[in-house]
Amino acid sequence: MSQKLKNVFATTGGIIAVGTIIGVAAALLQQAGNPANMAICVACFGRDIAGAIGLHRAAVVQYLRPEILGFVLGSFGAALMVKEFKPSGGSSPLIRFVLGIIAMIGALVFLGCPWRVILRLAGGDGNALFGLAGLVTGVWIGTLFFKQGFTLGRSQPQSVSAGLMLPLIMVGLLVLRVLFPPIPGEAQSGVLWYSLQGPGSSFAPLGISLAAGLGIGFLAQRSRFCTMGAIRDVLLFNQWYLMFGFLALLVSALGVNIILGQFHPGFEAQPIAHTMWFWNFSGMLMAGLAFALAGGCPGRQLFMSGEGNSAAGLFVLGSLVGAALAHNFGLASTAQGIGPHGMAAVIIGMIILLGIGVTHCKK
Amino acid sequence: MQHTLDARGLSCPQPVLLAIQAMRSAESEDLKILVDNEASQENVARAAVSQGWSVQVQAVANGEYTLTCKKS
Repeated sequence: MSQKLKNVFATTGGIIAVGTIIGVAAALLQQAGNPANMAICVACFGRDIAGAIGLHRAAVVQYLRPEILGFVLGSFGAALMVKEFKPSGGSSPLIRFVLGIIAMIGALVFLGCPWRVILRLAGGDGNALFGLAGLVTGVWIGTLFFKQGFTLGRSQPQSVSAGLMLPLIMVGLLVLRVLFPPIPGEAQSGVLWYSLQGPGSSFAPLGISLAAGLGIGFLAQRSRFCTMGAIRDVLLFNQWYLMFGFLALLVSALGVNIILGQFHPGFEAQPIAHTMWFWNFSGMLMAGLAFALAGGCPGRQLFMSGEGNSAAGLFVLGSLVGAALAHNFGLASTAQGIGPHGMAAVIIGMIILLGIGVTHCKK
Repeated sequence: MQHTLDARGLSCPQPVLLAIQAMRSAESEDLKILVDNEASQENVARAAVSQGWSVQVQAVANGEYTLTCKKS
């Protein structure tokens, strides 16, 4: 009979509570050691994981972030508990993989996923305003495609093992993290790479990171928390449900930052951010369009992977490859500004996205 | 006459978009919508209510749902 119970998390009060909890958790994770204004960033942390397993060798961004593993496994646990674990897939897999690559590259030109857009705003980083404007514009372009009947096709039920694949990959990564913990002063522990300086060297203790990840994964699965969906649903059908979660995250992170003295308003010298406004805007525009076409922000893709959705799983794997490409090819930005080939990446990425959009419209 | 909309296998926002489209096309005052996951069920039900329709949700096998929507 439990299925007949209303899902309390999928109510306005529920999504506001979830957004608030994520905001508070983010500020506390930053206190516990995570990088400033990057307490939880799905793009940055995916990039760090790509570095930890050696897909790229940018020395300052290598750490196997337990939060990301927790997101998938927490969502997986929630889905199992309420019988929503449902292996499915087969909806344009390769397109989703490419969307993951492009989304990650765009996010790394800006330096953050939509969650970090919010967290950077909550930390006082004015550059994130351009990221937010880009994100909204990218999602808005996505809604134009949806109005023209854009679809990546229906997904089909798949085998249990297909649905377990991404949760199992996360378990495997967690085993590696436990077997090969960071050793002070060492850039390598077993097969894993670690940063000795830079954002990759700032991290909360394993237990805290994992617990926060699992908790947020659980809550986000129940409430469908999605930052891209928040913007999309308001633009597309004036539906504010997800937006309440988005705003709650902003308000709570801002509140806690002010209380903890982590709020530093300004544009210059913000933590792990650059001031090239046009590329902050364009990078996030490209990412926002890719999220919209793929049907979720990077966080939501992780949570859907936990539910057994292998289409989302491919987006996640694509984003790890995108992170590797972004650093290996000099596409990712640094605090000094965009990478040597960041502009080319945004131009080519936008052309590919528009091509994917146009060719998948039914009208 | 009851109109049936099969949104199974589609991911958000498509089930909601299709449902709103069908509700706005005047011919059907009685709409049956099939979805195959809980999130779509919640989203479509929320959208239907915001369009001023009444919704009855029925869980069927394999985590699928049938939403019976009526213009109220």
